Amino acid sequence: MSRERSTFLQTLLAADLLLLTACGAAQGPDWRTLRPVSDFGQLGAEVYSDLIWWTLGIFVVVELLLLYALIRYRSSRSESEVPSQVHGFTALEIAWTLVPAAILFFIAIPTVRTIFELQGAPPTEDPLEITVIGHQWWWEFQYPELGFVTANELHVPVGRTANLTLSSADVIHSFWIPQIGGKRDLNPGSENRLWFTPTEVGEYYGQCAELCGTSHANMRMRVFVDDSATFSEWAAAMQAPAVPDSAGAMTFLISGCAACHTIAGTPAQGKVGPNLTNLARRTTLASSLIPNTPEHMANWLRSPDSVKPGALMPDLNLDEQRLNDLVRFLEGLR
Amino acid sequence: MSAQAMTATGHGSVYSGDLRSWLTTVDHKRIGVLYGISALFYFVVGGVEALIIRLQLASADGAVVGADTFNQLFTMHGTTMVFLVLMPLSAALFNYMIPLMIGARDVAFPRLNAFSFWTFLFGSLLLNLSFFVGDPPDAGWFGYANLTSRQYNPGMGIDFWILSVQIMGIASIASAVNFTVTILNMRAPGMSLMRMPLFVWMALIVQVLMLLAFPPITVAFIYLLFDRFFGTHFYIPDAGGTPILWQHLFWIFGHPEVYILILPSFGVVSEVLPTFSRKPLFGAPFMIFSGILIGFLGFGVWSHHMFTTGLGAVADTAFSLGTMLIAIPTGVKIFNWIATLWGGHIHFKTPLYFAVGMVGLFIIGGLSGIMHASPPVDIQQHDTYFVVAHLHYVFFGGTVFGLFAGVYYWWPKITGRMIGEGLGKLHFWLMFIGMNLTFFPMHFLGMDGMPRRIYTYAADLGWERWNLIATVGAFVIAVSVLVFFVNAVRSVWAGERAGGDPWDAATLEWTMSSPPPEYNFAVVPAVNSARPFWLHKYGPTRDISTRTKEEGTPSQPETPPERIDLPSPSGWPILAALGLSLIGGGALVGLWLVLIGVAVLVFGVYRWAFQPLERLGHPSFGPAPGGGR
Repeated sequence: MSRERSTFLQTLLAADLLLLTACGAAQGPDWRTLRPVSDFGQLGAEVYSDLIWWTLGIFVVVELLLLYALIRYRSSRSESEVPSQVHGFTALEIAWTLVPAAILFFIAIPTVRTIFELQGAPPTEDPLEITVIGHQWWWEFQYPELGFVTANELHVPVGRTANLTLSSADVIHSFWIPQIGGKRDLNPGSENRLWFTPTEVGEYYGQCAELCGTSHANMRMRVFVDDSATFSEWAAAMQAPAVPDSAGAMTFLISGCAACHTIAGTPAQGKVGPNLTNLARRTTLASSLIPNTPEHMANWLRSPDSVKPGALMPDLNLDEQRLNDLVRFLEGLR
Repeated sequence: MSAQAMTATGHGSVYSGDLRSWLTTVDHKRIGVLYGISALFYFVVGGVEALIIRLQLASADGAVVGADTFNQLFTMHGTTMVFLVLMPLSAALFNYMIPLMIGARDVAFPRLNAFSFWTFLFGSLLLNLSFFVGDPPDAGWFGYANLTSRQYNPGMGIDFWILSVQIMGIASIASAVNFTVTILNMRAPGMSLMRMPLFVWMALIVQVLMLLAFPPITVAFIYLLFDRFFGTHFYIPDAGGTPILWQHLFWIFGHPEVYILILPSFGVVSEVLPTFSRKPLFGAPFMIFSGILIGFLGFGVWSHHMFTTGLGAVADTAFSLGTMLIAIPTGVKIFNWIATLWGGHIHFKTPLYFAVGMVGLFIIGGLSGIMHASPPVDIQQHDTYFVVAHLHYVFFGGTVFGLFAGVYYWWPKITGRMIGEGLGKLHFWLMFIGMNLTFFPMHFLGMDGMPRRIYTYAADLGWERWNLIATVGAFVIAVSVLVFFVNAVRSVWAGERAGGDPWDAATLEWTMSSPPPEYNFAVVPAVNSARPFWLHKYGPTRDISTRTKEEGTPSQPETPPERIDLPSPSGWPILAALGLSLIGGGALVGLWLVLIGVAVLVFGVYRWAFQPLERLGHPSFGPAPGGGR
């Protein structure tokens, strides 16, 4: 009996310690939500780390109290006496009502302050306006001031606040780039807002965070935080895209692609699918699902549904000649 | 005559009888057992769904199941675990234990009780029927509009989901009415509300929560039903409806539902810890009032599930602060449990293992819950694996461990046999280790940006290691459940006979034989203390709460000194339940079946209403009236 008890307690203790070490040691500094690259993410991450310390501290204290009680007050064989029948101790109970309340005070103050900071007006007079529209299952990014539209890869200049207007064309989606900051839903029929000022140049991963149907898991995106020169170059290219004149251009128009897709500077002005202007400048295809290479492009065109289950893009049954023309054309859009 | 035969066979007779006797039973103990068996069956079903989910996610770009199947699996896993496992397993303990703990002969409305069970069972079958027609629901267990609209979800899955959960909701409301009346009106003489066991208190709060929380979800479902079947636009934005309305209606139900799922477990732990530390519960009134406060506040915090919806800073602040307040009564409970152990003589039996495990694990779920209360943090955690970790620490660590504590605690009372301590502890350790292996790494995954409800993820994101560990943990849990079933079968087959009071416990259910006779109490007990049986065994000097010189409540006599009449079995509740389910199922088949369902329901209820409770040949025990026999 007594050996049994001590194994119980030792294992319990070991398990707790394991959890704690796992907590602290395991790739901790790498967690994306705690590595913010924007002011928006930074504000949230500060409250986040505050809360991690508070909860970790409470966790240790309370679990140790529990373990201590278990070890200290295990019954021993010799005991025949009934323990003292303590029914309560009001002062103590009031104390452990008030202490958590006081701790909550310390959590509530930064929480409320940050809520209003995050949802207030953007911290600049001149933010870069971007409209984000969620679609099953891809992202549309409109730059109304710059006059172009792109998809699945968002470019923003470092140091300039981006002011996002979020909405959806079909069901609810949620815009989330963990390193940029917290998520906000894209609701059909209404608009949400989200601003952030990126602080570090780089490429950041994001994906839809609200279940939106079959390929919810495949609704991914990249955010490129560019230095201002790179961004200007990219924006200029988006504003004046060069369209190669090739056999593929005709194939694109006559195969039905143009019914859904727009390529600026061509007669293709479809609005159902992603805008393909300067497609070859993107690093990924099919809502950031596959790398942008001719092989992947050909696979995607052959059978969209097997790359992205449920994809609304039909299988066009292209013969090899047309397929090659198309791939060459699309890979030349830069 | 049959009654005499039943009395003659002595203990164990409460379960004897053919299939018909089970289909027509109105005995709360048998209905409790039926709830328990159904819940454990669905625990396996929901568990298998979880194992397939974990297999799919064990590595990046998993190929065990496809996207649609995966969406169906997690939808069914969530719906099954909430409505088909945790609620009915709580209902099993409520049914079996509440009348015994308050000194009652049965529940207030025994036939309504049978109706609740069969309605639940048929509703659960209807839900799982969706697998057999190849079209299970796939929009998640909280089925956000407008993904559930005909336009984006043309199949029958969502219809199965709406109709079956709606039917099970009727069962829940009926049973909530039943138990509220039972607890308020049928307590033994002397059992004031403040002398009521904590488990019964938590059960009472749960019944009130169910009564208030199910109407909003019923409204939400009726809107959705109308949208899908009759072309209305409650949730359709193109026509001026608003999908966010669903989120409000669902979570006004959904958050109290969290407390509906966790408070029964709080109640069990508040019985088990005192029994095995041989002390009264520390600060019982504090525990009762914090339970009430949790239930009350639970109705004012629903939008903390909606911090990313975009309700605005003021709404977010209000719901954030409200949510933080709940931490206070919850913290009181944890501290009072620890104080209950403090200074006791703790006996390390399997029920105590599970109860302590529940406290230890629920602390983790509670603390991550405090993080979610802060919107700047929650918008990073919402809809990620961090939330999956949190909710499983609450529902698995909290509810499942707590309910297993109850199952092991009351097993000897229910079956009349002891259950193996060795296998019980093995079950505990495997489940404890498996649970932490599965769910703790999910915190890391969420913090690293892994959203929930994704059937696949790319290898270069660095999520494979923790996912693999979680999958291994899930299989450890599966083994632990297997150990439980082996233990259970062994106990029923060849377990040592349990006496009436195997744990030297304090409350009324232990004053009778195990299993209890059909009529429960041979004599209605008189109650003078919150721990009536303890008072009887150890006297008032050892129980400083009892300032009277009163005696406690002694063990029940073997045979009733006076005649006891019990309600007759009835087949009408099951028929009425069948009619209700035919209406639901008929909505998917055709109007003719709905009409048949209506006819069966009306006929069943009509015959039920005009059937006298005590018919010729109803079960009766003890000497005939007037003392002659």
